[in-house]
Amino acid sequence: MLELTINGQSVLVQEGKTVLEAAQELNIEIPTLCHNQALEPYGGCRLCVVEVTKRGRKSLATSCTLKASAGLVVETDTERVLRSRRMTLELLLARCPEVPVIRTLARQHGVTTTRFGLENEQCILCGQCVRMCKERMGVSAIGMVNRGAQRVVSPPFEEFSEVCRSCGACATVCPTGCIDIQTFSQHRSEPLPSEWNEGLRARSAIYIPFEQAIPKVPVIDRDACVHLNTGACAICSEGCVADAIDFDQTDEEVEVNVGSIIVATGFDALDPTPMEPYGYGRYPNVMTNLEFERLSNATGPTSGKLLLRDDKDRYKFTRPPQSVAILHCIGSRDVNYHEYCSRTCCMYALKYAHLLKDKCGHETEVYNFYIDMRCFGKGYEEFLKRVQAEGVRMIRGKASLVTDEALDEDEEGKLVVVAEDTLTAQILRVPVEMVVLCTAMEPRSDAESVARTFGISVGGDGFFLEEHPKLEPVSTPTAGVYLAGACQGPKDIPDTVAQAKAAAAEALALSSAGHVTVAPMISSIDPDICIGCQVCVGLCPYTAIEIDARRGVSVVNSALCKGCGSCAGYCPSGAAKVEHFTDKQIFAEIEGLLDCRSDG
Amino acid sequence: MSNEFEPTITAFLCNWCTFTAADLAGTSRLAYPANVKIIRMMCSGMVDPKYVLKAFLEGTDGVFIGGCWPGDCHYINGNMKARRRVALLHEVLGRFGVDRDRLWLRWVAASEGNMFAETVEEMTARLRELGPCVMKGEKVA
Repeated sequence: MLELTINGQSVLVQEGKTVLEAAQELNIEIPTLCHNQALEPYGGCRLCVVEVTKRGRKSLATSCTLKASAGLVVETDTERVLRSRRMTLELLLARCPEVPVIRTLARQHGVTTTRFGLENEQCILCGQCVRMCKERMGVSAIGMVNRGAQRVVSPPFEEFSEVCRSCGACATVCPTGCIDIQTFSQHRSEPLPSEWNEGLRARSAIYIPFEQAIPKVPVIDRDACVHLNTGACAICSEGCVADAIDFDQTDEEVEVNVGSIIVATGFDALDPTPMEPYGYGRYPNVMTNLEFERLSNATGPTSGKLLLRDDKDRYKFTRPPQSVAILHCIGSRDVNYHEYCSRTCCMYALKYAHLLKDKCGHETEVYNFYIDMRCFGKGYEEFLKRVQAEGVRMIRGKASLVTDEALDEDEEGKLVVVAEDTLTAQILRVPVEMVVLCTAMEPRSDAESVARTFGISVGGDGFFLEEHPKLEPVSTPTAGVYLAGACQGPKDIPDTVAQAKAAAAEALALSSAGHVTVAPMISSIDPDICIGCQVCVGLCPYTAIEIDARRGVSVVNSALCKGCGSCAGYCPSGAAKVEHFTDKQIFAEIEGLLDCRSDG
Repeated sequence: MSNEFEPTITAFLCNWCTFTAADLAGTSRLAYPANVKIIRMMCSGMVDPKYVLKAFLEGTDGVFIGGCWPGDCHYINGNMKARRRVALLHEVLGRFGVDRDRLWLRWVAASEGNMFAETVEEMTARLRELGPCVMKGEKVA
């Protein structure tokens, strides 16, 4: 450890640290534009100059490159230092008069005008981008070219770079924000869409999935991470104070022993892209219900403001819409997609209408295109009446088309929703600025394999089948496996909560009883008849049959037997039988049934 | 009353799939021929060949065994055991002069109530074509 003095305060730092880092430890602020802790020191911007006293001699030095040494005396705010910074800022202000970060920094140092000839540059040649590309990404797609006044950042020969991976690291570190990868890369840079925000916002390759994530720790997107793909970068691990980033972490399989399982795998939202008439994916302001949900959420991309999407930049939002159409039953109650009703759409569509009136102002026109309003729950009908009273237009008729082809001036530059008003038997064309598609709730794409894993059935609509639609709405044919939520069928939050609590109660009932009741239909083998051929041993899928070597007969372990009757169906001597399904009983049943017939 | 031949079908249905499907067909108010007489089994794999033979001897015109789709068996693989057994039964029945089309093994999942109704309808139609079973009326000791 070395001891040095900064502004009269003494500080202990590790060998190899710079004066800038030592000052940061003392919370002494030193302005800099070219320093980045992930990059090698550069000393390019000259803003971090400090006055150093060494062997009685005072001199100016850039603190980002000056290594700390024992007994060093450093002053960060002497008149000489400030004069030097002001001069640097005056020069920077002359070069980049429009760049906000420079203007702010200059104003903070009392520099408002410049004595030098004004230029209109954006780049301050801090070299962070060049160093990032070379040092951390290992690509060197861009570099400094020319000298003196002609010096610029550019790919070699000012040609579109082939080696650039368009990772965007240069643009991220640029203090003035003047880098557009598309101006020098041969490859298109596509921001990674945030899954949680339904693609309304971009995310980085290492990210916290969502605000309430548990555990609230970042995850690394293996496909996008530069380090995992090329071995370069790893900036995040350097920046992490807790040293918590482990690139070698892999998925773990954890085995948990449980007595009962509640399947609550939820649903998928229907992707409306293939439904071409609605223009989803073609028109930026046709959005799905979940996208609208994120938009109106306080933690969403617009902090809860309901804004239109920019036509050119899908991650940019502009102004509140003046008219919105909400289209119900997109993929539900539709013979081409799902014949069932998704149950939730009517109510959330009304909620959206209410939110639009609330957040965008009463003058915002909101149209609901519905087939039937199904407001069946407690307080739902009252909410419909309230929303109608707020001036939301309800149009009975499913929208058939969303187009941007205008027929008259009113429709110019808007999305036109075409629908038949089935109450007046008229075809309507309604010009709006935003369209919300209330898409169907679908079974999860992997529902069938999940069903197979748990031994439960999938209904005709693809959702999991309960044991009985009325009397066993949470149980499944497999004992100890229960269903909760939309995996069993489309349902709203109150219904999901009710079912989840019921499933939890069923599971708790099992564990609090401390014992399980098994069905009485299990096999037994009559030891007087069994000839000990042992075929049943091989047939039993539960290894419930053992050989009693002393007596030379097969014996059923009644705790393991599930009563499938594989043994009884085969047993050549007729020794194996399933209780309540004995030969005598079945024969009597057959005789009874067929006697009926001959009599009748 | 029409003089059309009304066949009798004895159905051995797996409790977990086809029997539930029959139940579903009923609760869904689907109409299907009353010719089918259902005997509930815990699994298609527990249908002893002698039950099928007994049914024919007692005068049924056709036997329908309903099991779960392969891979969906409640007891892991009982339906596969049923399939093997039915293949052998087809051989045996053929030798005794019983048309092998009188014994059907079909996979009907619990949710396929309509498929149960359709299968019964198809089988009834087929048995009408085949006419009464030859074993009918022969008393067996």
